[in-house]
Amino acid sequence: MHSIKSVNEFVIRFANVNGTGSASANLLFAKSLFRMGIPVSPRNVFPSNIQGMPTWYEVRVSEKGYLGRRGGGADIVVAMNAQSLAQDMRNVLPGGYFLYDSTKPLDPALVRSDVNILGMPISEICLREYTDPRQRQLFKNVIYVGALAALLDIEFEVIKGLIADQFKGKEKLIIPNIYALELGHQYASTNFKCPLDVRVKRSDQVGDKIMLDGNTATGLGAIYGGASVVGWYPITPSTSVVEKFMQYAKRLRIDPATGQANYAAVQMEDELAAIGCVIGAAWNGARAFTATSGPGVSLMTEFLGLAYFAEVPVVLVNVQRAGPSTGMPTRTQQPDITACAYASHGDTKHVLLFPSSPKECFDMTADAFDLAERLQTPVIVMSDLELGMNDHLSEPMQWDDERRYDRGKVLNEEQLDEIERFGRYLDVDGDGICYRTLPGTHAEKGSFFTRGTSRDRYAVYSEQGDVYVDNVDRLTHKFKTAATLVPPAKITRQGKGQKIGLIYYGTTAAAISETVDTLTEKGIKVDSLRVRAFPFGQEVADFIDSHDQVFVIEQNRDGQLRSLLINELEINPRDLKAVLHYDGLPITARFISGRIEELLLDAGNKKSTRNVASR
Amino acid sequence: MSYQKSSFRHPNLAVNDLGLTHRDYEGSLSTLCSGCGHDSIGASIVQACHELSLPPHKIAKLSGIGCSSKAPTYFLGKAHGFNSVHGRMPSIVTGANMANRDLTYIGMSGDGDTAAIGMGQFAHVVRRRLNMLYVVANNGVYGLTKGQTSATSDRGSKSKGGEENLLEGIDLPTLAIQLGATFVARSFSGDKNQLVPLLKAALSHRGFAFIDVLSPCVTFNNHNGSTKSYDYVRDHIQTASVTDYVPVKEEITTACPPGVCRDICLHDGSILRLNSVAENYDPQDRAEAIAAIERHKAKGEILTGLLYVDPAAEDLHEVMQTSHRPLNTLSESCLCPGNDRLQMINDSFR
Repeated sequence: MHSIKSVNEFVIRFANVNGTGSASANLLFAKSLFRMGIPVSPRNVFPSNIQGMPTWYEVRVSEKGYLGRRGGGADIVVAMNAQSLAQDMRNVLPGGYFLYDSTKPLDPALVRSDVNILGMPISEICLREYTDPRQRQLFKNVIYVGALAALLDIEFEVIKGLIADQFKGKEKLIIPNIYALELGHQYASTNFKCPLDVRVKRSDQVGDKIMLDGNTATGLGAIYGGASVVGWYPITPSTSVVEKFMQYAKRLRIDPATGQANYAAVQMEDELAAIGCVIGAAWNGARAFTATSGPGVSLMTEFLGLAYFAEVPVVLVNVQRAGPSTGMPTRTQQPDITACAYASHGDTKHVLLFPSSPKECFDMTADAFDLAERLQTPVIVMSDLELGMNDHLSEPMQWDDERRYDRGKVLNEEQLDEIERFGRYLDVDGDGICYRTLPGTHAEKGSFFTRGTSRDRYAVYSEQGDVYVDNVDRLTHKFKTAATLVPPAKITRQGKGQKIGLIYYGTTAAAISETVDTLTEKGIKVDSLRVRAFPFGQEVADFIDSHDQVFVIEQNRDGQLRSLLINELEINPRDLKAVLHYDGLPITARFISGRIEELLLDAGNKKSTRNVASR
Repeated sequence: MSYQKSSFRHPNLAVNDLGLTHRDYEGSLSTLCSGCGHDSIGASIVQACHELSLPPHKIAKLSGIGCSSKAPTYFLGKAHGFNSVHGRMPSIVTGANMANRDLTYIGMSGDGDTAAIGMGQFAHVVRRRLNMLYVVANNGVYGLTKGQTSATSDRGSKSKGGEENLLEGIDLPTLAIQLGATFVARSFSGDKNQLVPLLKAALSHRGFAFIDVLSPCVTFNNHNGSTKSYDYVRDHIQTASVTDYVPVKEEITTACPPGVCRDICLHDGSILRLNSVAENYDPQDRAEAIAAIERHKAKGEILTGLLYVDPAAEDLHEVMQTSHRPLNTLSESCLCPGNDRLQMINDSFR
């Protein structure tokens, strides 16, 4: 039989039942390859459920550093879920491998002649070795990792080192775990031809990179960015942002002398209250944030309008998931671009940041506090489930100790003393950003009413047309100032004068280097631009102008960023072709390059048809 | 605005410990209807804050939407105000209080803003025991939208058009006691003698202080058949006790004979003295407080005065053990752990 031959370039898929402890064993597998210097990208594909349903964990191993989802079948499937055996067998590529628990014989109807089937009686081994039912379940997972170590030639010392790290402080657990690993390793070495043709080899492609999920990095970004008040409400896939914030705050934000907390994280009753808490804290001069997902954003929109109009700095992290409504709560998408850019009734616009890696989650979250306070407006960090909840290879996080927080235009007591008359909404500097005061600053001056109603430059309620227009036009001017302060787009060119441009953002980034390579192999050269913020900078408009064909690649059905580009930069819709992927799984290079080829072919055909017609 | 408040002041106006007169605690000229109960509440708040010598700029006044929520404009002009969105003041004040525990927080709300659209947020700010004073100006009617029945309107009460309310009215003090408020009172905007000492005690209380103030709407709910009109409230009011507020600095000279009056010491050392206690009412007994409200309601009476107090309870900051220094004053050195720590964190992900 033909067998796939590949070193450090394959996909392995684990099929498990959720709630059985497989997640930590699967992470152990991925991390051992990472520690061998091999680029990996693990992904959980999990249900919105706590126990008993099928769940998959897919690891792409790529020496070339292609870390987007590959798509298609897997080279190796570790089938540990009896419920999904048929589906999992279908998922193996021809010539691939299917490792299953042979305690119960495989249904002959499932057997494929083009797949290498490796049966290992894992349950039987556990039954023999352990008496405690919980151990029988948990060690199954460790045993298959041991078997994979033999099958794929993973350095055993690396896995042992990881186990020692994992159980630091609980040394009693190290020996039984290593024993279970050895059980698997021994069985595989004795019964299969090890290593397989698909295997790994130590590499140097990881460098000083780290492996972590975006939500952890976001939580840390909020710690480093100086957030001291958090109002929150749990929702998948954003919950771990605040959980990680609190976990690190318990270590890093407790005053050593007094034991008091230099932060307050309040679990509110819903998302409305969560953003309300943030607005109240920010109004009072603390750096505050909340994290949510689509349904939470919908609930927060009234308050976002208040923060926009009353000009209160707010940091909101939106870890997007597939909508609309409850949608697919455990599947990824980029479906909230429009909802966030224009959240709330009336003429509103919000600053958006689009991180594409854990490092950027950290940086952009910390920066969001500076931007929000500088601009006195909500700043929304647009992460997604793929970035937030999965582990990624990432540049390490860095903090410049010389950096000082930009607290924006806030007048203190002395400054108020020097002012004749304080006007909360006076555009003194001409950048659309006015000076604010914090409650309790001055005994006589600086108090004003913060409100969602129209007001004049001195914060006095007004329904006069000219006063209203003066204010909302200044807000437009402020938004233009925002365009100069947000992170600019990243542009990558393939030499000079390319005619095709790709525009993308967020987690689509993981698939782009592979897309560009694939297209180049086919003779299609492209430049690419990664949008990192809204409002768009001039460089985005220039990029579109300087390319004949521009593809906007997104993970939603309606091409929401494309609409935003058309609307905000006054682009002719015909100049932007949409490449849209929205089945809830992360976008792949295969899909992008395939779709672009199709569209180019289409355009070519139309052109020649037109040419024929004109003759 | 077309009207400006006169800056004229009587040269002999009484000054408080800060050397301020009550004029220093006033706000801008009210645009509420003439005779509106809410203006009387505002005047009582001015008097209470003045008499307590609270620095006006160290107070933050927050509200939602509605006539009641407009009222903060008309008192404490030197304090920052936040007129937020309908029914959501409790979450704003929660964040504000977390950011700066040193200010005095006054939340001003109405029966629609609290008992209808804001019921969820109200319930949760109560159970969080946020250190604040929450005042509901309760008139049983939607004023700004011209006269619709509200959730606190009593069953059987008639609207201005003569329509009878067939649904149960929500009793906010009962709810507040059940949800864990540590200071609960009811009063009447027309009775400053009762309201001002209650406000002073509530402002001195550490924790969540709630006062439901019946505040008749002269325009839409002051007719015969309404149970929230001036006349009806005056005729049906029953006082649980007459409250005196004795500040810390004043020595109590008269003894408090048991059965006649009761002294309750607040957290800051000030004393709440309850006189003419009805039925030997014990305002530190939660279950009894709720039962008493129900008993009076069954008789068609409105029980007012201090209904419940727990002067020893912890507020949210104490529960969460937050820094005694206001969080909004912390600088980078307290907030940012620095790059060395970050590199250690990076290592934990290798």
